[in-house]
Amino acid sequence: MGFLLGKPSTVSGTRRVPASLVGLAGLFLIWEVASQTGLVPELYLRPPSEVLPAMVGLLGDEKFLRALLATVLATVIALLIAILIAVPGGLVLGSIPLVRRACMTVVEFLRPIPSVALIPLALLITGTGPDTKIALAVYGALWPILFNTMYALDELDPLHVETARAFGTGRVAVLTRIALPSAAPFVLTGVRLSFTIALAVVVSTELFAGGTKGLGQFIMEANSGGAHMDQVLAGTVIAGLVGYAANAGLERLNAKLFAWNAPRGEAS
Amino acid sequence: MVRTMLDVADLGHTYQAKDGAHDAIDGLTFTVEAGELVCVVGPSGCGKSTLLRSISGLIRPTRGTVSLHGTPVDGVPADLAVVFQDYSRSLFPWLTVQRNVEFPLRELSKAERTARAGEALAAVGLENAGRKYPWQLSGGMQQRVAIARALAYRPALLLMDEPFASVDAQTRFELEDLLLRVRREQDTTVLLVTHDIDESVYLGDRVLVLSKSPARVVAALDVGLGEKRDQITTRSSDEFVELRAKVAGLLQSAPTAETVH
Amino acid sequence: MKRFGTFAQRWVVFAVAVTVWELVTRSAADVFFPPPSRIARAAADVWFSSAFGEHIVPGVSRMLGGFALAAIIGVALGLLLGRSRTAMAYLGPLFNFMRSIPPPLLVPFFLATVGVTSMQLPTIIFGAIWPVLLNTVDGARGVDATKVETARAFRLSKVQWILGVVLPSAAPKIFAGLRLSLSISLILMVIGELIGSANGIGNQLVRTQRDYDLPEMWSWIVLLGVLGYLFNTLLLIVERRALAWQPKHSFETQAQAIGG
Ligand SMILES: Nc1ncnc2c1ncn2[C@@H]1O[C@H](COP(=O)(O)OP(=O)(O)O)[C@@H](O)[C@H]1O
Ligand SMILES: [Mg+2]
Repeated sequence: MGFLLGKPSTVSGTRRVPASLVGLAGLFLIWEVASQTGLVPELYLRPPSEVLPAMVGLLGDEKFLRALLATVLATVIALLIAILIAVPGGLVLGSIPLVRRACMTVVEFLRPIPSVALIPLALLITGTGPDTKIALAVYGALWPILFNTMYALDELDPLHVETARAFGTGRVAVLTRIALPSAAPFVLTGVRLSFTIALAVVVSTELFAGGTKGLGQFIMEANSGGAHMDQVLAGTVIAGLVGYAANAGLERLNAKLFAWNAPRGEAS
Repeated sequence: MVRTMLDVADLGHTYQAKDGAHDAIDGLTFTVEAGELVCVVGPSGCGKSTLLRSISGLIRPTRGTVSLHGTPVDGVPADLAVVFQDYSRSLFPWLTVQRNVEFPLRELSKAERTARAGEALAAVGLENAGRKYPWQLSGGMQQRVAIARALAYRPALLLMDEPFASVDAQTRFELEDLLLRVRREQDTTVLLVTHDIDESVYLGDRVLVLSKSPARVVAALDVGLGEKRDQITTRSSDEFVELRAKVAGLLQSAPTAETVH
Repeated sequence: MKRFGTFAQRWVVFAVAVTVWELVTRSAADVFFPPPSRIARAAADVWFSSAFGEHIVPGVSRMLGGFALAAIIGVALGLLLGRSRTAMAYLGPLFNFMRSIPPPLLVPFFLATVGVTSMQLPTIIFGAIWPVLLNTVDGARGVDATKVETARAFRLSKVQWILGVVLPSAAPKIFAGLRLSLSISLILMVIGELIGSANGIGNQLVRTQRDYDLPEMWSWIVLLGVLGYLFNTLLLIVERRALAWQPKHSFETQAQAIGG
């Protein structure tokens, strides 16, 4: 009967799909009833029976797809730049105490500034082009990766380092062969947080600056005067699905790359 | 042809801590000949790990010298391997068993690395575990992996820091016999540190008895138990019982460093 | 001597950075980059003027109120649902989807439904609730089997079980969620005020942008940084207190205040 012990995960795995659909259907039902019965002003909270067709419509609308693509592209570029800056930065700050002490005051000063607070300034200086929102998103996305990398190095097991050094591993090799792999799951957790922040900053910039092409601007336009609330809701739902897919993708990547980390659990 | 593998002369180390200096080891002098298995036995906290860390170049001792086959140790020597007590922390969790064993073999070609690691894993009876991750193995198996990693490196000197202190008694017996077998087969020179008197007598060709902190060598006993040993007959032999009583007596009466002066 | 060394290491680079910033901006005389001394003067003039009561207090109270409500609802719901596999099987994906909606996109929706004057609070609550809720669920799920069995053996009441065992076990995760929720709250406060609000710091950022009053704009940005730092530090202090029973490292690692 031992095999039964291994089973429940797959059983609940197959059950979870319909269960989650039931949950979603429940939401739609409540939403539909709420807007049909006028519990919420119907003008604004369009019922799903209108939003779902609007979603299909948007997915066939070139203008919308271009906007979506612009937003996603800006987010991904910003994320990549942030990784390229923050991972080496975190490794240096995490492994050289002198550099860390010297730089932390400046970092502590810069980090708490919400990047959305820089939107009006950035628009004045660099205009409404895509580089503005990318730069802002890089600024916001830097910190989780930087700090996760740095803190992961603090957690580096000294016995791992000693073992490697006892086998003749040099200091730089310890950084790349021991510190980096053992920090990698934390770094990826940072990347996940950073993706969320980068997307939020890009969308915020688009919402605020009418001239910036993207999802935020598309929705803001549809929203003006409450004329196309079905499109506003549909666009928001699609954005949620994109975020969901990205997060699920990164989670799967984590499970695949860092199976070894499973028993230690991960920081979220 | 006997030649000296390890020569430790007047070795001493003082840790500098916030609340003052602490002498962990002091005036340690001994040698280990090639092919020998020497056990160092001493009470917990007396400085055994400090001794091994000094020999392996992980810390720079404050006094004295260590030479490995005639060369003074300064930094980590190239042909030395260490097995730590805490296998769960000394194996790299992000590498498979196979890759853990291959880890120190960077200079070799891929094919050679695979072959060596395979051989070493076979020697410890883990030929089929290469693709697993360390945490998927039991404690005893993990320590076998750590031993295999050290063996695959083919060190001139193998240092072991209480290697069997974290496994259950049954597994410890198995691993002790495994160590005796592989060192006979591969003719490895081993310096093993333990706080377990029986273990030191059972494994060693020679036993060095250390005093309480700061550790000094209070006696060096030759163990005449021969090459072939086994857990039941050897442990009940008169010679064994006599030796362990002697070591126990030395440990109990071992003068602390202050009285030695 | 040694103490002074550490102090110097901490502040020398900062002091040099500020000095260089001052010198470069002075010699460049670029309108967009006023020297820090001018920003400081603008801050002294503006922060403690009537703007304090008109813009800082209302905006910050909306943010703190929204964050607090999101935290309370999120933790309560998370504790109730987290121990039920069935509930989370139905609701988990839904919550995850809600969390995935970029929070700023809630602004247009609430702008239309609730109106410019009162959309701040619902936006912040709706945006900030998901990280706390999902992390609480995660923490509640992770109560180890031994604790579950101990609680059963002692026949703990439901309330004792939730408040005495599940809540403390989940606390480290809850705080990790709270930190994320806090930075989302701050982002939503600013973006909400940027897009449509009669008052608030974001509102002042828009005004100074229109007036090209860059020193004052920079001073508002600095104020947001100060507030972000302050709230994060407060949360960390609460966390240290609440998790003092934990072995040290487990919350040091998570002590990552999140920027944004
Ligand atoms: N890094 C260190 N700093 C200060 N004191 C240490 C350090 N490492 C070990 N010690 C002290 O030195 C003594 C010997 O330690 P150790 O060599 O680990 O003993 P053993 O391995 O025999 O148990 C102990 O009293 C221990 O507290
Ligand atoms: Mg020790």
